[in-house]
Amino acid sequence: MSRTPGASTRTDARPAPAAGPAVTTAVDPAWRPALSPGIMLRRDRVREADLLVLPERVVVLTGRAADIVRLCDGRREVAAIVGELADRFPGAPVPDEVPAFLARLREQGWLR
Amino acid sequence: MSETPQRPWALLAELSHGCPLHCPYCSNPLELVRRSAELSTDEWCEVMRQAGEFGVVHTHLSGGEPLLRVDLEQIVAAADAAGIYTQLVTSGVGLTEDRLGSLVDAGLRSVQLSVQHADPARSDRIAGHRAFAAKERAAALIRAAGLPLGVNVVLHRDNLDAVDAIVDLAVAWDAERIELANTQFYGWALRNREALLPSREQLARAGAAIERRRAELAGTIELVWVMPDYFDGVAKPCMGGWGAVSLTVAPDGTVLPCPAASVLPDLDPPNVRDRSLEWIWDSSPAFTRYRGTAWMPEPCRSCPSREIDFGGCRCQAYALTGDAARTDPACALSPDHALVRAAVDAPRDTAAPTTEPLPLAAPGQRARASAASVPYVYRTPAAGRRAP
Ligand code: SF4
Ligand code: SF4
Repeated sequence: MSRTPGASTRTDARPAPAAGPAVTTAVDPAWRPALSPGIMLRRDRVREADLLVLPERVVVLTGRAADIVRLCDGRREVAAIVGELADRFPGAPVPDEVPAFLARLREQGWLR
Repeated sequence: MSETPQRPWALLAELSHGCPLHCPYCSNPLELVRRSAELSTDEWCEVMRQAGEFGVVHTHLSGGEPLLRVDLEQIVAAADAAGIYTQLVTSGVGLTEDRLGSLVDAGLRSVQLSVQHADPARSDRIAGHRAFAAKERAAALIRAAGLPLGVNVVLHRDNLDAVDAIVDLAVAWDAERIELANTQFYGWALRNREALLPSREQLARAGAAIERRRAELAGTIELVWVMPDYFDGVAKPCMGGWGAVSLTVAPDGTVLPCPAASVLPDLDPPNVRDRSLEWIWDSSPAFTRYRGTAWMPEPCRSCPSREIDFGGCRCQAYALTGDAARTDPACALSPDHALVRAAVDAPRDTAAPTTEPLPLAAPGQRARASAASVPYVYRTPAAGRRAP
C-alpha cells in the first residue's frame, strides 16, 4: 500500500465529538439538506451510538444530532425539518438551534 | 491489561501484496506474501462479517494493489453488508470505468489514489513503473462516478521540492483531501533511507509551502501534512496506540496491530484462519503486548506524554535498536536518539533531484541513477504478477 504506516490516517477512525449548537448563521429555509457523497449515517449497535462515517474519519453524533441528520434526505426543506422536530420535541429550542447546526455541518462539508 | 479493551474502529485490509508498482518506501514487509497464500474470497468475507459484528465501522481496502483481487467486488459487498464503510486505496493501475462501476454497485464509498510526484516522468521513476497516465485517468473516473477522492503522496527527498505542484495536481483532479505524509523509515523505506531522507532545509521549505497553500485553500480541500518524526524529535502516536483503534489483516490472514509489525521477530501474530477476531483483539499476546502503558520502560514510564504518543513506534524502536520495547529513538528523550540524529545530520547532496527521468530498472534491480541521486532498491516484482 502506498501510505506509510506512520501517516496521520492511522488515527482515522478516532471519534470526534459532534459539533454543538453554533451561533446563528443565515440558512435558507428552502435548502433541502442531504448528506454529502461518500458519507454514511449509521447506528453502531456495539457502542450504542449514532455515527457519521466519512472517508477518513468517524464522528460520533451526540444528543439529538442523529435525529436531525436522519431528516436530511434531500427532500425535506429546512423549514419542514424544523417543523417536524418541533412537533417531536415540544419545548426544545428547535427553531433557534437546528438551522445553525445544519449550517455547521455544511461548513464541515458533511451536508450539502 | 486485565480489563476488556475498547473495540477497534477501523480495519486495514491488505488484500494482496501484489502490485505493479515498486515504490521504494512501500509499507509492505520486505518479505511479501505470495499470491497463492492469500485468503480466499470466503475467508475475506468472513473477516468482514466478524469485523462488523465486533465494532469495526471503517475499512481501508489496500495492498499492494487491491484491484489485483478479481473478487474485490465481493469483498466490498461483504464489508458493506456488515455495515462497514469501504474506502479503496489504490495506485489507480487497473481501475477501468467498468471495474469502478461494479465496485460502486457493490457498495464502495470513496477512493484514495496514490501519486508519487506531480511530474509524470518523475512519478513513474519513483514508482518503478509507468503508471502516471493510469492515475490521471483513474482520478477522472472516480470523480465522474461521484465518489470522494483523496490523493495521498508519500514525501521524501525526490518529491519534497514539488509539494506546490503536487497540491496543484490534486486540486486539478478535484480531490477533496490531500495527504502529504513524510516517509517513515522502516521496511523498504529504511532500506532506501539514504536515497529518501531529505535535508532539514528541504523540509522547512516544503513545510512553509504547505502552510501557505493550506491558508489559500481553506474550506475547499483538506490538506494533511505529516511531519517526519526523525526531524522534529517527537515520537508519533503510532496507530493511535497499540491495539487501541485499528487492526491490520495481511493478505495471508495474519492480524497485526500495525502494518509494519510483521518485522517484530517474536511477536507471533495470530491469524484469522485459526482464531476469531474477538480473541485476537482482546486476548492474543501480540495485541496485548504493548497495549496501554504498563509495558513501558523509562523514560516513557514516568513521562507525562505517555498517554499521548504511547512511547512512539515499536517497529522503529526495533529497527533501530533491536529491541521493540525501547522508547522510540525518534523521541528526543530516548537514550537512543543519537541514532536518528546521526542519520539526519549526515551531510548529503540535496540539490534539486535529477532533472531527466531515469530509465526504469527491472524490478528487483537498482535503477540506473545519475550522479546526483542515490539509486533506489525497488521491491521485488510482487509475487502477484504470477497468475493467482
Ligand atoms: S509499491 Fe507503491 S503502489 Fe504498490 S503497494 Fe507499495 S507503495 Fe503502494
Ligand atoms: S519519553 Fe516516551 S512517552 Fe515521553 S515523549 Fe518520548 S516517546 Fe513519548
